[in-house]
Amino acid sequence: MITFSERPLRANSRLERVLRSGRFAVTAELNAPDSANPEDVYRNALVLAEVCDGINATDGSGANCHMSSLGCCALLVRAGYEPVLQVSCRDRNRIAIQGDLLGAAALGVKNVLCLTGDDVSAGDQPQAKRVFDLDSIQLLQTTRTMRDQGVFLSGRKLSTPPKLFLGAAENPFVPPYDFRPLRLAKKIAAGADFIQTQYCFDLPRLRTFMARVRDLGLDGRVFILVGVGPLRSEKAAEFMRSKVPGVWIPDALVERLTKTPAKQKAEEGKRICIEIIEEVRTIPGVHGVHIMAYRQEETVAEIVERAGLLPRQATLDLPRLDMKQWRPVVA
Amino acid sequence: MTSTLKEARRWPGSEWLKDRPALLEQVYGWAERALRFVYPALKRFGPQGAERLLIGTEEVGKGYLFNCQMCGQCILHSTGMTCPMTCPKNLRNGPCGGVRPDGHCEVIPERMCVWVQAWERSQSMPVYGAEIHLIQPPVNRSLQGTSAWINLLEGVDQQTPPGWTLPTAK
Repeated sequence: MITFSERPLRANSRLERVLRSGRFAVTAELNAPDSANPEDVYRNALVLAEVCDGINATDGSGANCHMSSLGCCALLVRAGYEPVLQVSCRDRNRIAIQGDLLGAAALGVKNVLCLTGDDVSAGDQPQAKRVFDLDSIQLLQTTRTMRDQGVFLSGRKLSTPPKLFLGAAENPFVPPYDFRPLRLAKKIAAGADFIQTQYCFDLPRLRTFMARVRDLGLDGRVFILVGVGPLRSEKAAEFMRSKVPGVWIPDALVERLTKTPAKQKAEEGKRICIEIIEEVRTIPGVHGVHIMAYRQEETVAEIVERAGLLPRQATLDLPRLDMKQWRPVVA
Repeated sequence: MTSTLKEARRWPGSEWLKDRPALLEQVYGWAERALRFVYPALKRFGPQGAERLLIGTEEVGKGYLFNCQMCGQCILHSTGMTCPMTCPKNLRNGPCGGVRPDGHCEVIPERMCVWVQAWERSQSMPVYGAEIHLIQPPVNRSLQGTSAWINLLEGVDQQTPPGWTLPTAK
C-alpha cells in the first residue's frame, strides 16, 4: 500500500501538510455571517485560527442564506488563514461551480469540501429552486479532472489548473449503515483526499463504520476527520436532531444533559465533546477532528486545549495579524 | 402518503412488485434483448412511430411502476430497480447525509429514502446488483423527456462529457 507521504502533493496547503506529517489534525467550522462587513467574518475566524489547521467556510448551511463560502474564504486568505471552501450542489449548476473553483484557486484557496448540500426545504427560503445538477461524487471527479487533467468537464483546456486538496463529507450515523463505507469507497475513487464526517455523538456506530473502512483497506487511502461539537443543552440537542438534516444524537446523551443542573449544561456539553474527541483519537484510521460549534465559536479554543490538542503545528507559521487592518503584518 | 401527482399516479401493487427486484431485473434483461432484436426493424418501418411507441410505453409503464421522471438515461437496473431521479436531490451515486434515523427521506419525511430502498433491493439482485458500486457520470439534462430505451439502443446514454472519461492520474 502507498503511504500518505509517498502520494503526490495535491495543493501543499497547510491542512494537507499537517495530515501528511501524520499529526492529528483539527479543523473547525466558521459560520458565515448575515452581513456584508468583513469584520464579522474575522471576528468569528480569529478565535478559530489559533487552534486549528483549517477553517471551513459553510456554503449556505442548512439551506439558510449567509455570506457565500467563496467570499468568506477570500477574506480568510487575505488574513493569512487557512480556509476550506465548501461547495454544495444545491444552488449552482456545473457551469457556475467550475467557474467558482477556478476563482477560489486564483484567490489562494487550496482546500475544497465537495458536498451534496442540505435540501432547500430545510432552510429559510424553501420556495427556492433546487439545482442538484451534479451530486457530490460527480462534483469530486469534476474537480479532480480540472486539477489533474487540466480541463473542464467539457474537455476544454485550462491554461492553469486549480491546485486543490479535495475533501468530501460522509455520514456514518444514518441509514443505510452498511452502504456508508462503500459510498466512502466511491468518494475515494472519485478523488477525495480527505473526509470530514457529520457530527459524531454515537461512538459505537463510528467504531463499526471505521472497522469496515479498515476491512475495505480505505483507511490508508484517505484522511478521515471526525465531526464533533458541543451541545449547549438538551433543548439544543433536541433541536439539532429534529431540525438539522442528518444529525443523530442517542437518547442517553440527551438524558445526560437533561439531568445536569441548568447552570452546568453548557459545561457538560463541552465535557461530552472532549470525551468524544479523546475516544475518537484512539480509533485507528482517524486522522483528526472537525469541530462544528454553531454560534459558539468561542468554545472551540477551550475544547481544543482541554482535549490536549495544543499547540497546533500548522498555526506556528501563521502570520501576525494587524488587528486594525485585518491584514498580515509585513515584516 | 401521496404528496404529488407523480406519486399519486403509481399503480396499486407497484411497491409489491418493486420489492421483487430479482424478478424485475430478469424482466429488464429480457426486455433489453427483445428490443435489441426488434428495434432495427421498427426503426426501418417508421422511426417516428417507433419513438412515439417507446416513449409512450415508457411514460405509462415505467411511470406508473417506478414513478419514472423520463430523464432519458435509465439506470434502474444499476440502482436496485429503484428510480434515483425520484430522489428529491436526483442523486445517482448513493444516499445523501440527510437520511432520517428511521430510513426516511430528509425532504419528504413520509417517504422511505430512495437509496435505502435501492441498497436493500440491490442486495437481492444476482445479475445487476453489484452495479450499485459504479460511479454514475453527470446527468445529460438535454435527454430529459426522450426515450431511454432508444437512447440505450443508439448508445446515446453512454456518452459522457469529454472531460469525464479522461484517464485519471495516479
